[in-house]
Amino acid sequence: MPWRLLRFALSGKHPEPRMFTRHERLRPAYDCVIIGGGGHGLACAYYLAREHGMTNVAVLEKGYIGGGNTGRNTTIIRSNYLTPEGVKFYDASVKLWQDLSQDFDLNLFYSNRGHFTLAHTDAALRTMRWRAEVNKHYGVDSEVVGAEAVKAACPLIDLSCGGHAPILGALYHAPGSIARHDAVAWGYGRGADRRGVEIHQQTEVLGVDVRGGRVQGVQTSRGYVATPKVLCAVAGFTPRITDMVGLRTPIFVHPLQAMVSEPMKPWLDPILVSGSLHIYVSQSARGELVMGASLDPYEVQSTRSTLDFVEGLAAHMLDMFPFLSHAKVMRQWAGMADMTPDFAPIMGRTPVEGFYLDAGWGTWGFKATPICGKTMSWTVANDRNHELIAGFTLDRFRDFALTGEKGAASVGH
Amino acid sequence: MKLLTCPVNGPRPISEFACGGEFRQMPDPARASDEEWADYVFNRNGAPGVKREWWCHIPSNTWFLAERDTARDLVLRTWLYDGETA
Repeated sequence: MPWRLLRFALSGKHPEPRMFTRHERLRPAYDCVIIGGGGHGLACAYYLAREHGMTNVAVLEKGYIGGGNTGRNTTIIRSNYLTPEGVKFYDASVKLWQDLSQDFDLNLFYSNRGHFTLAHTDAALRTMRWRAEVNKHYGVDSEVVGAEAVKAACPLIDLSCGGHAPILGALYHAPGSIARHDAVAWGYGRGADRRGVEIHQQTEVLGVDVRGGRVQGVQTSRGYVATPKVLCAVAGFTPRITDMVGLRTPIFVHPLQAMVSEPMKPWLDPILVSGSLHIYVSQSARGELVMGASLDPYEVQSTRSTLDFVEGLAAHMLDMFPFLSHAKVMRQWAGMADMTPDFAPIMGRTPVEGFYLDAGWGTWGFKATPICGKTMSWTVANDRNHELIAGFTLDRFRDFALTGEKGAASVGH
Repeated sequence: MKLLTCPVNGPRPISEFACGGEFRQMPDPARASDEEWADYVFNRNGAPGVKREWWCHIPSNTWFLAERDTARDLVLRTWLYDGETA
Protein backbone atom coordinates (compact mmCIF):
# COMPACT_ATOMS: atom_id res chain seq x y z
CA MET A 1 0.00 0.00 0.00
CA PRO A 2 1.36 3.43 -0.87
CA TRP A 3 2.17 5.24 2.41
CA ARG A 4 0.62 8.48 1.27
CA LEU A 5 -2.83 6.87 1.47
CA LEU A 6 -2.38 6.68 5.26
CA ARG A 7 -2.98 10.40 5.46
CA PHE A 8 -6.55 9.84 4.33
CA ALA A 9 -7.14 7.33 7.13
CA LEU A 10 -5.51 9.37 9.89
CA SER A 11 -6.66 12.88 9.08
CA GLY A 12 -10.03 14.06 10.36
CA LYS A 13 -10.52 16.33 7.37
CA HIS A 14 -9.96 15.39 3.71
CA PRO A 15 -6.20 16.10 3.44
CA GLU A 16 -6.09 17.18 -0.22
CA PRO A 17 -7.92 19.91 -2.10
CA ARG A 18 -11.21 18.71 -3.58
CA MET A 19 -11.51 18.51 -7.33
CA PHE A 20 -13.77 21.56 -7.43
CA THR A 21 -14.02 24.58 -5.15
CA ARG A 22 -17.41 25.07 -3.59
CA HIS A 23 -18.59 28.69 -3.78
CA GLU A 24 -21.13 29.78 -1.19
CA ARG A 25 -22.62 32.60 -3.22
CA LEU A 26 -22.62 34.05 -6.71
CA ARG A 27 -20.73 37.27 -7.38
CA PRO A 28 -22.92 40.22 -8.41
CA ALA A 29 -21.27 40.40 -11.84
CA TYR A 30 -19.20 38.28 -14.20
CA ASP A 31 -17.47 38.97 -17.52
CA CYS A 32 -19.15 35.90 -18.93
CA VAL A 33 -21.76 33.42 -17.74
CA ILE A 34 -21.82 29.94 -19.23
CA ILE A 35 -25.13 28.11 -18.89
CA GLY A 36 -24.54 24.37 -18.66
CA GLY A 37 -21.79 22.53 -16.78
CA GLY A 38 -21.37 19.70 -19.26
CA GLY A 39 -18.29 18.96 -21.33
CA HIS A 40 -18.92 21.78 -23.80
CA GLY A 41 -19.58 24.49 -21.21
CA LEU A 42 -16.64 23.49 -19.02
CA ALA A 43 -14.30 23.19 -22.02
CA CYS A 44 -15.27 26.69 -23.06
CA ALA A 45 -14.62 27.97 -19.51
CA TYR A 46 -11.26 26.18 -19.49
CA TYR A 47 -10.04 27.70 -22.75
CA LEU A 48 -11.46 31.14 -21.87
CA ALA A 49 -9.28 31.10 -18.76
CA ARG A 50 -6.24 29.41 -20.28
CA GLU A 51 -6.04 31.05 -23.69
CA HIS A 52 -7.95 34.29 -23.41
CA GLY A 53 -7.18 35.33 -19.82
CA MET A 54 -10.89 35.59 -18.92
CA THR A 55 -11.24 34.18 -15.40
CA ASN A 56 -14.16 36.22 -14.05
CA VAL A 57 -16.44 33.57 -15.49
CA ALA A 58 -19.25 31.54 -13.93
CA VAL A 59 -20.47 28.17 -15.13
CA LEU A 60 -24.06 27.63 -13.98
CA GLU A 61 -25.27 24.05 -13.82
CA LYS A 62 -28.84 23.13 -12.92
CA GLY A 63 -27.92 19.59 -11.80
CA TYR A 64 -24.40 18.31 -11.37
CA ILE A 65 -21.27 18.45 -13.53
CA GLY A 66 -21.45 16.20 -16.59
CA GLY A 67 -24.88 14.85 -15.61
CA GLY A 68 -26.53 15.64 -18.92
CA ASN A 69 -25.57 14.36 -22.34
CA THR A 70 -21.86 14.41 -21.41
CA GLY A 71 -22.54 11.42 -19.16
CA ARG A 72 -25.14 9.81 -21.43
CA ASN A 73 -23.39 9.40 -24.79
CA THR A 74 -21.62 6.30 -26.07
CA THR A 75 -18.20 8.06 -26.03
CA ILE A 76 -17.22 7.53 -29.67
CA ILE A 77 -14.66 9.94 -31.12
CA ARG A 78 -14.15 10.13 -34.90
CA SER A 79 -13.81 12.62 -37.73
CA ASN A 80 -14.95 10.72 -40.84
CA TYR A 81 -17.70 13.18 -41.72
CA LEU A 82 -19.15 14.05 -45.11
CA THR A 83 -19.00 17.82 -45.57
CA PRO A 84 -15.72 19.77 -45.74
CA GLU A 85 -16.91 21.94 -42.80
CA GLY A 86 -17.59 18.85 -40.70
CA VAL A 87 -14.38 17.00 -41.58
CA LYS A 88 -12.12 19.99 -40.80
CA PHE A 89 -13.93 20.71 -37.55
CA TYR A 90 -13.99 17.17 -36.16
CA ASP A 91 -10.43 16.49 -37.31
CA ALA A 92 -9.22 19.45 -35.26
CA SER A 93 -11.13 17.92 -32.35
CA VAL A 94 -9.52 14.48 -32.73
CA LYS A 95 -6.08 16.12 -32.67
CA LEU A 96 -6.94 17.86 -29.40
CA TRP A 97 -8.26 14.62 -27.91
CA GLN A 98 -5.00 12.81 -28.48
CA ASP A 99 -3.07 14.72 -25.81
CA LEU A 100 -5.89 15.83 -23.57
CA SER A 101 -4.97 13.40 -20.77
CA GLN A 102 -1.50 14.97 -20.53
CA ASP A 103 -3.03 18.41 -20.75
CA PHE A 104 -5.26 17.68 -17.72
CA ASP A 105 -2.90 15.32 -15.87
CA LEU A 106 -5.95 13.08 -15.58
CA ASN A 107 -6.46 9.67 -17.17
CA LEU A 108 -9.31 9.92 -19.67
CA PHE A 109 -8.97 6.25 -20.70
CA TYR A 110 -8.59 7.55 -24.24
CA SER A 111 -8.36 4.39 -26.26
CA ASN A 112 -7.66 4.30 -30.00
CA ARG A 113 -9.67 1.41 -31.43
CA GLY A 114 -10.32 1.95 -35.13
CA HIS A 115 -13.87 2.54 -36.33
CA PHE A 116 -15.80 0.48 -38.90
CA THR A 117 -19.00 1.83 -40.44
CA LEU A 118 -20.53 -1.30 -41.95
CA ALA A 119 -22.20 -1.28 -45.35
CA HIS A 120 -24.98 -3.80 -45.94
CA THR A 121 -26.15 -2.35 -49.26
CA ASP A 122 -24.60 -0.98 -52.46
CA ALA A 123 -26.08 2.42 -51.68
CA ALA A 124 -24.36 2.50 -48.29
CA LEU A 125 -21.07 1.48 -49.88
CA ARG A 126 -21.41 4.32 -52.39
CA THR A 127 -21.87 6.90 -49.58
CA MET A 128 -18.82 5.44 -47.85
CA ARG A 129 -16.64 5.86 -50.94
CA TRP A 130 -17.80 9.45 -51.09
CA ARG A 131 -17.00 9.98 -47.40
CA ALA A 132 -13.59 8.29 -47.78
CA GLU A 133 -12.66 10.60 -50.68
CA VAL A 134 -13.74 13.75 -48.81
CA ASN A 135 -11.82 12.55 -45.75
CA LYS A 136 -8.63 11.78 -47.68
CA HIS A 137 -8.77 15.15 -49.39
CA TYR A 138 -8.60 16.81 -45.96
CA GLY A 139 -5.89 14.45 -44.70
CA VAL A 140 -8.16 12.31 -42.52
CA ASP A 141 -7.27 8.61 -42.37
CA SER A 142 -10.31 6.88 -43.91
CA GLU A 143 -10.69 4.08 -46.45
CA VAL A 144 -13.24 1.65 -47.83
CA VAL A 145 -12.39 -1.95 -46.95
CA GLY A 146 -13.91 -5.31 -47.80
CA ALA A 147 -15.86 -7.61 -45.51
CA GLU A 148 -12.76 -9.74 -44.90
CA ALA A 149 -11.07 -6.78 -43.17
CA VAL A 150 -14.04 -6.55 -40.80
CA LYS A 151 -13.77 -10.28 -40.06
CA ALA A 152 -10.02 -9.96 -39.43
CA ALA A 153 -10.52 -7.12 -36.93
CA CYS A 154 -13.51 -8.78 -35.26
CA PRO A 155 -13.43 -12.58 -35.76
CA LEU A 156 -16.62 -13.18 -33.75
CA ILE A 157 -18.88 -11.25 -36.11
CA ASP A 158 -21.45 -13.04 -38.28
CA LEU A 159 -20.78 -11.40 -41.65
CA SER A 160 -24.15 -12.51 -43.01
CA CYS A 161 -25.97 -10.86 -40.07
CA GLY A 162 -28.39 -13.74 -39.74
CA GLY A 163 -28.63 -14.02 -43.52
CA HIS A 164 -30.79 -10.98 -44.12
CA ALA A 165 -28.30 -8.10 -44.11
CA PRO A 166 -24.91 -9.43 -45.27
CA ILE A 167 -21.98 -7.07 -44.76
CA LEU A 168 -20.52 -6.00 -48.12
CA GLY A 169 -17.74 -3.79 -46.85
CA ALA A 170 -17.04 -0.95 -44.48
CA LEU A 171 -15.62 2.53 -44.11
CA TYR A 172 -12.57 2.11 -41.89
CA HIS A 173 -11.39 5.09 -39.87
CA ALA A 174 -8.21 4.26 -37.96
CA PRO A 175 -8.27 7.27 -35.55
CA GLY A 176 -11.70 6.22 -34.18
CA SER A 177 -11.47 6.14 -30.37
CA ILE A 178 -13.40 6.01 -27.14
CA ALA A 179 -12.79 7.86 -23.86
CA ARG A 180 -14.25 7.98 -20.39
CA HIS A 181 -16.85 10.72 -20.72
CA ASP A 182 -17.22 11.73 -17.04
CA ALA A 183 -13.48 12.29 -16.76
CA VAL A 184 -13.63 14.72 -19.69
CA ALA A 185 -16.07 16.94 -17.81
CA TRP A 186 -14.02 16.62 -14.60
CA GLY A 187 -10.74 17.39 -16.38
CA TYR A 188 -12.08 20.53 -18.02
CA GLY A 189 -13.90 21.52 -14.82
CA ARG A 190 -10.86 21.11 -12.60
CA GLY A 191 -8.64 22.96 -15.09
CA ALA A 192 -11.11 25.85 -15.24
CA ASP A 193 -11.61 25.86 -11.47
CA ARG A 194 -7.85 26.07 -10.81
CA ARG A 195 -7.61 29.04 -13.13
CA GLY A 196 -10.26 30.97 -11.22
CA VAL A 197 -13.49 30.12 -13.01
CA GLU A 198 -16.43 29.60 -10.62
CA ILE A 199 -18.50 26.48 -11.15
CA HIS A 200 -21.92 26.66 -9.50
CA GLN A 201 -23.85 23.40 -9.41
CA GLN A 202 -27.50 23.18 -8.37
CA THR A 203 -27.99 26.63 -9.90
CA GLU A 204 -30.79 26.89 -12.41
CA VAL A 205 -31.16 29.73 -14.88
CA LEU A 206 -34.70 31.11 -14.68
CA GLY A 207 -34.40 33.97 -17.14
CA VAL A 208 -31.96 35.90 -19.30
CA ASP A 209 -32.19 39.66 -18.98
CA VAL A 210 -32.12 41.20 -22.47
CA ARG A 211 -32.61 44.94 -22.89
CA GLY A 212 -32.17 46.90 -26.10
CA GLY A 213 -31.21 43.71 -27.96
CA ARG A 214 -28.32 43.16 -25.57
CA VAL A 215 -27.67 40.68 -22.78
CA GLN A 216 -27.55 42.44 -19.38
CA GLY A 217 -27.64 39.59 -16.90
CA VAL A 218 -29.04 36.28 -15.83
CA GLN A 219 -31.73 35.49 -13.26
CA THR A 220 -30.87 32.29 -11.41
CA SER A 221 -32.43 30.21 -8.64
CA ARG A 222 -29.76 31.76 -6.37
CA GLY A 223 -30.18 35.38 -7.36
CA TYR A 224 -29.44 37.81 -10.18
CA VAL A 225 -26.01 38.21 -11.78
CA ALA A 226 -25.05 40.94 -14.22
CA THR A 227 -23.03 39.95 -17.28
CA PRO A 228 -22.49 41.24 -20.82
CA LYS A 229 -21.95 37.76 -22.28
CA VAL A 230 -23.92 34.53 -21.98
CA LEU A 231 -22.96 31.25 -23.62
CA CYS A 232 -25.74 28.68 -23.84
CA ALA A 233 -24.37 25.10 -23.86
CA VAL A 234 -27.31 23.09 -22.57
CA ALA A 235 -27.98 20.44 -25.26
CA GLY A 236 -31.60 19.23 -24.91
CA PHE A 237 -32.58 22.27 -22.82
CA THR A 238 -31.60 24.75 -25.58
CA PRO A 239 -35.15 25.65 -26.69
CA ARG A 240 -36.06 26.65 -23.11
CA ILE A 241 -33.12 29.06 -22.96
CA THR A 242 -33.60 30.48 -26.47
CA ASP A 243 -37.26 31.12 -25.58
CA MET A 244 -35.98 33.28 -22.69
CA VAL A 245 -34.18 35.60 -25.12
CA GLY A 246 -36.90 35.43 -27.79
CA LEU A 247 -34.80 33.61 -30.38
CA ARG A 248 -36.42 31.22 -32.88
CA THR A 249 -34.36 28.13 -33.80
CA PRO A 250 -34.94 24.94 -35.80
CA ILE A 251 -33.96 22.77 -32.82
CA PHE A 252 -36.28 19.92 -31.88
CA VAL A 253 -35.67 17.48 -29.04
CA HIS A 254 -35.90 13.71 -29.36
CA PRO A 255 -34.67 11.16 -26.81
CA LEU A 256 -31.63 9.08 -27.73
CA GLN A 257 -31.28 5.86 -25.78
CA ALA A 258 -28.32 3.63 -24.98
CA MET A 259 -27.51 0.60 -22.86
CA VAL A 260 -24.58 -1.46 -21.56
CA SER A 261 -24.19 -5.20 -21.13
CA GLU A 262 -22.65 -7.00 -18.20
CA PRO A 263 -18.82 -6.87 -18.26
CA MET A 264 -17.06 -9.62 -20.20
CA LYS A 265 -13.53 -10.53 -21.27
CA PRO A 266 -12.19 -8.23 -23.99
CA TRP A 267 -13.26 -9.58 -27.37
CA LEU A 268 -14.35 -6.49 -29.32
CA ASP A 269 -11.41 -4.28 -30.18
CA PRO A 270 -12.80 -1.93 -32.85
CA ILE A 271 -15.87 0.30 -32.71
CA LEU A 272 -18.59 -1.05 -34.99
CA VAL A 273 -21.40 0.99 -36.48
CA SER A 274 -24.19 -0.26 -38.69
CA GLY A 275 -26.63 2.19 -40.21
CA SER A 276 -28.88 -0.56 -41.58
CA LEU A 277 -29.14 -2.41 -38.27
CA HIS A 278 -29.26 0.83 -36.24
CA ILE A 279 -26.36 -0.12 -33.97
CA TYR A 280 -23.18 1.34 -32.66
CA VAL A 281 -21.18 -0.72 -30.25
CA SER A 282 -17.79 -0.72 -28.53
CA GLN A 283 -16.34 -2.48 -25.52
CA SER A 284 -15.34 -0.22 -22.65
CA ALA A 285 -12.25 -0.52 -20.46
CA ARG A 286 -14.47 -2.25 -17.89
CA GLY A 287 -15.48 -4.90 -20.43
CA GLU A 288 -19.06 -3.73 -20.83
CA LEU A 289 -20.50 -3.50 -24.32
CA VAL A 290 -21.68 0.07 -24.82
CA MET A 291 -24.53 0.07 -27.32
CA GLY A 292 -26.64 2.74 -28.92
CA ALA A 293 -29.30 2.92 -31.61
CA SER A 294 -31.20 5.57 -33.52
CA LEU A 295 -33.30 8.37 -32.08
CA ASP A 296 -36.76 7.76 -30.70
CA PRO A 297 -39.12 8.71 -33.53
CA TYR A 298 -41.02 11.54 -31.85
CA GLU A 299 -40.45 14.52 -29.59
CA VAL A 300 -40.23 13.90 -25.83
CA GLN A 301 -38.47 16.06 -23.25
CA SER A 302 -37.68 13.45 -20.67
CA THR A 303 -34.91 10.96 -19.96
CA ARG A 304 -37.06 7.89 -19.33
CA SER A 305 -36.00 4.90 -21.38
CA THR A 306 -38.21 2.19 -22.85
CA LEU A 307 -38.36 -1.60 -23.09
CA ASP A 308 -39.09 -1.32 -26.83
CA PHE A 309 -35.64 0.16 -27.27
CA VAL A 310 -33.86 -2.67 -25.44
CA GLU A 311 -35.78 -5.32 -27.37
CA GLY A 312 -35.09 -3.70 -30.74
CA LEU A 313 -31.41 -3.08 -30.12
CA ALA A 314 -30.83 -6.53 -28.60
CA ALA A 315 -32.44 -8.19 -31.63
CA HIS A 316 -30.11 -6.34 -33.99
CA MET A 317 -27.09 -7.10 -31.82
CA LEU A 318 -27.93 -10.80 -32.11
CA ASP A 319 -27.99 -10.50 -35.91
CA MET A 320 -24.32 -9.49 -35.76
CA PHE A 321 -23.22 -11.51 -32.72
CA PRO A 322 -25.48 -14.57 -32.19
CA PHE A 323 -23.26 -15.82 -29.34
CA LEU A 324 -24.43 -12.90 -27.17
CA SER A 325 -27.86 -14.45 -26.69
CA HIS A 326 -27.10 -15.16 -23.02
CA ALA A 327 -25.46 -11.82 -22.24
CA LYS A 328 -27.39 -9.63 -19.83
CA VAL A 329 -28.21 -5.96 -20.12
CA MET A 330 -26.97 -4.06 -17.08
CA ARG A 331 -28.23 -0.52 -17.52
CA GLN A 332 -30.19 1.56 -19.96
CA TRP A 333 -30.78 5.27 -20.09
CA ALA A 334 -31.79 8.14 -22.36
CA GLY A 335 -30.54 11.63 -23.14
CA MET A 336 -32.35 14.54 -24.77
CA ALA A 337 -30.78 15.18 -28.17
CA ASP A 338 -31.17 18.70 -29.63
CA MET A 339 -31.55 17.87 -33.30
CA THR A 340 -31.20 20.18 -36.31
CA PRO A 341 -32.62 19.74 -39.83
CA ASP A 342 -29.18 19.33 -41.44
CA PHE A 343 -27.48 17.24 -38.73
CA ALA A 344 -24.89 19.95 -38.13
CA PRO A 345 -24.59 22.03 -34.95
CA ILE A 346 -25.65 25.64 -34.40
CA MET A 347 -22.75 27.69 -33.06
CA GLY A 348 -21.58 31.23 -32.61
CA ARG A 349 -23.09 34.70 -32.32
CA THR A 350 -26.82 35.30 -32.52
CA PRO A 351 -29.05 38.31 -33.31
CA VAL A 352 -29.09 39.01 -29.54
CA GLU A 353 -25.86 40.90 -28.71
CA GLY A 354 -23.79 39.01 -26.17
CA PHE A 355 -25.80 35.79 -26.46
CA TYR A 356 -23.78 32.90 -27.92
CA LEU A 357 -25.10 29.48 -28.86
CA ASP A 358 -23.32 26.16 -28.69
CA ALA A 359 -26.28 23.96 -29.55
CA GLY A 360 -27.80 21.55 -32.00
CA TRP A 361 -25.39 18.90 -30.84
CA GLY A 362 -28.00 16.17 -31.22
CA THR A 363 -26.28 12.82 -31.32
CA TRP A 364 -22.79 13.99 -32.29
CA GLY A 365 -21.65 16.33 -29.51
CA PHE A 366 -19.25 14.35 -27.31
CA LYS A 367 -16.52 13.96 -29.93
CA ALA A 368 -16.58 17.72 -30.53
CA THR A 369 -16.10 18.73 -26.88
CA PRO A 370 -12.48 20.00 -27.13
CA ILE A 371 -12.87 21.88 -30.40
CA CYS A 372 -16.15 23.42 -29.25
CA GLY A 373 -14.37 24.72 -26.17
CA LYS A 374 -11.58 26.14 -28.32
CA THR A 375 -13.73 27.77 -30.98
CA MET A 376 -16.52 29.01 -28.70
CA SER A 377 -14.07 30.54 -26.20
CA TRP A 378 -12.39 32.35 -29.12
CA THR A 379 -15.80 33.48 -30.37
CA VAL A 380 -16.89 34.73 -26.94
CA ALA A 381 -13.57 36.48 -26.21
CA ASN A 382 -13.39 38.22 -29.61
CA ASP A 383 -17.14 38.63 -30.24
CA ARG A 384 -16.50 37.23 -33.73
CA ASN A 385 -17.23 33.75 -35.10
CA HIS A 386 -14.15 31.53 -35.26
CA GLU A 387 -13.39 30.51 -38.87
CA LEU A 388 -13.91 26.80 -38.14
CA ILE A 389 -17.54 27.38 -37.15
CA ALA A 390 -18.47 29.65 -40.08
CA GLY A 391 -20.59 26.86 -41.61
CA PHE A 392 -22.52 26.29 -38.40
CA THR A 393 -24.14 29.66 -37.65
CA LEU A 394 -27.84 30.15 -36.96
CA ASP A 395 -28.08 32.43 -40.04
CA ARG A 396 -27.72 29.49 -42.39
CA PHE A 397 -31.39 28.60 -42.00
CA ARG A 398 -32.58 32.15 -42.75
CA ASP A 399 -30.33 32.09 -45.84
CA PHE A 400 -31.37 28.58 -46.99
CA ALA A 401 -27.67 27.57 -46.86
CA LEU A 402 -27.75 24.32 -44.90
CA THR A 403 -24.66 22.23 -44.21
CA GLY A 404 -26.03 18.74 -44.99
CA GLU A 405 -24.24 16.36 -42.66
CA LYS A 406 -26.94 13.68 -42.67
CA GLY A 407 -24.88 11.22 -44.74
CA ALA A 408 -22.35 11.03 -41.95
CA ALA A 409 -24.75 10.53 -39.06
CA SER A 410 -23.43 7.35 -37.52
CA VAL A 411 -26.81 5.68 -37.64
CA GLY A 412 -29.53 6.54 -40.16
CA HIS A 413 -31.96 8.52 -38.05
CA MET B 1 -45.43 -0.84 -24.64
CA LYS B 2 -46.75 2.64 -25.23
CA LEU B 3 -50.23 2.97 -26.69
CA LEU B 4 -51.83 5.66 -28.80
CA THR B 5 -55.54 5.88 -29.48
CA CYS B 6 -56.38 6.19 -33.15
CA PRO B 7 -59.80 7.90 -33.55
CA VAL B 8 -60.76 5.20 -36.07
CA ASN B 9 -58.97 2.04 -34.89
CA GLY B 10 -58.83 2.56 -31.13
CA PRO B 11 -55.78 2.03 -28.91
CA ARG B 12 -52.82 0.57 -30.85
CA PRO B 13 -49.08 0.15 -30.08
CA ILE B 14 -47.26 3.41 -30.77
CA SER B 15 -44.90 1.61 -33.16
CA GLU B 16 -47.82 1.51 -35.64
CA PHE B 17 -47.86 5.31 -35.80
CA ALA B 18 -45.72 8.01 -37.35
CA CYS B 19 -45.55 11.53 -35.98
CA GLY B 20 -46.08 14.21 -38.62
CA GLY B 21 -44.88 17.12 -36.50
CA GLU B 22 -46.62 20.04 -34.88
CA PHE B 23 -49.86 21.41 -36.37
CA ARG B 24 -48.94 24.76 -37.95
CA GLN B 25 -50.56 27.27 -40.30
CA MET B 26 -48.67 27.61 -43.57
CA PRO B 27 -48.13 31.21 -44.67
CA ASP B 28 -49.23 32.03 -48.21
CA PRO B 29 -46.11 31.11 -50.26
CA ALA B 30 -46.88 33.78 -52.86
CA ARG B 31 -47.00 36.59 -50.29
CA ALA B 32 -44.62 35.49 -47.56
CA SER B 33 -41.20 37.14 -47.47
CA ASP B 34 -38.12 34.89 -47.71
CA GLU B 35 -37.59 35.37 -44.00
CA GLU B 36 -41.17 34.36 -43.08
CA TRP B 37 -40.90 31.34 -45.37
CA ALA B 38 -37.55 30.25 -43.85
CA ASP B 39 -39.10 30.61 -40.40
CA TYR B 40 -41.99 28.37 -41.45
CA VAL B 41 -39.77 25.78 -43.15
CA PHE B 42 -37.08 25.43 -40.48
CA ASN B 43 -37.96 26.90 -37.10
CA ARG B 44 -39.79 24.82 -34.51
CA ASN B 45 -41.24 25.22 -31.05
CA GLY B 46 -38.66 23.03 -29.35
CA ALA B 47 -39.54 23.81 -25.73
CA PRO B 48 -41.59 21.24 -23.82
CA GLY B 49 -45.32 21.73 -23.34
CA VAL B 50 -48.73 20.61 -24.51
CA LYS B 51 -48.55 20.49 -28.31
CA ARG B 52 -51.00 19.79 -31.10
CA GLU B 53 -49.49 17.36 -33.60
CA TRP B 54 -50.28 15.43 -36.75
CA TRP B 55 -50.06 11.65 -36.34
CA CYS B 56 -50.69 8.86 -38.82
CA HIS B 57 -51.82 5.31 -38.10
CA ILE B 58 -49.69 3.68 -40.79
CA PRO B 59 -51.52 0.34 -41.44
CA SER B 60 -54.79 2.17 -42.13
CA ASN B 61 -53.22 5.44 -43.33
CA THR B 62 -55.39 7.47 -40.97
CA TRP B 63 -54.14 11.00 -40.37
CA PHE B 64 -55.43 12.65 -37.23
CA LEU B 65 -54.56 15.24 -34.59
CA ALA B 66 -53.25 14.56 -31.11
CA GLU B 67 -52.72 16.80 -28.12
CA ARG B 68 -49.61 15.64 -26.33
CA ASP B 69 -47.62 16.81 -23.31
CA THR B 70 -44.01 16.42 -24.49
CA ALA B 71 -42.56 16.94 -21.01
CA ARG B 72 -44.59 14.15 -19.39
CA ASP B 73 -44.82 11.97 -22.53
CA LEU B 74 -48.59 11.84 -22.19
CA VAL B 75 -51.26 11.91 -24.92
CA LEU B 76 -54.18 14.05 -23.73
CA ARG B 77 -56.61 13.43 -26.62
CA THR B 78 -56.79 12.45 -30.29
CA TRP B 79 -59.37 13.42 -32.91
CA LEU B 80 -59.94 13.50 -36.66
CA TYR B 81 -59.21 16.79 -38.38
CA ASP B 82 -62.42 18.51 -39.39
CA GLY B 83 -61.08 21.86 -40.56
CA GLU B 84 -61.06 23.12 -36.99
CA THR B 85 -58.07 22.56 -34.75
CA ALA B 86 -59.68 23.10 -31.36
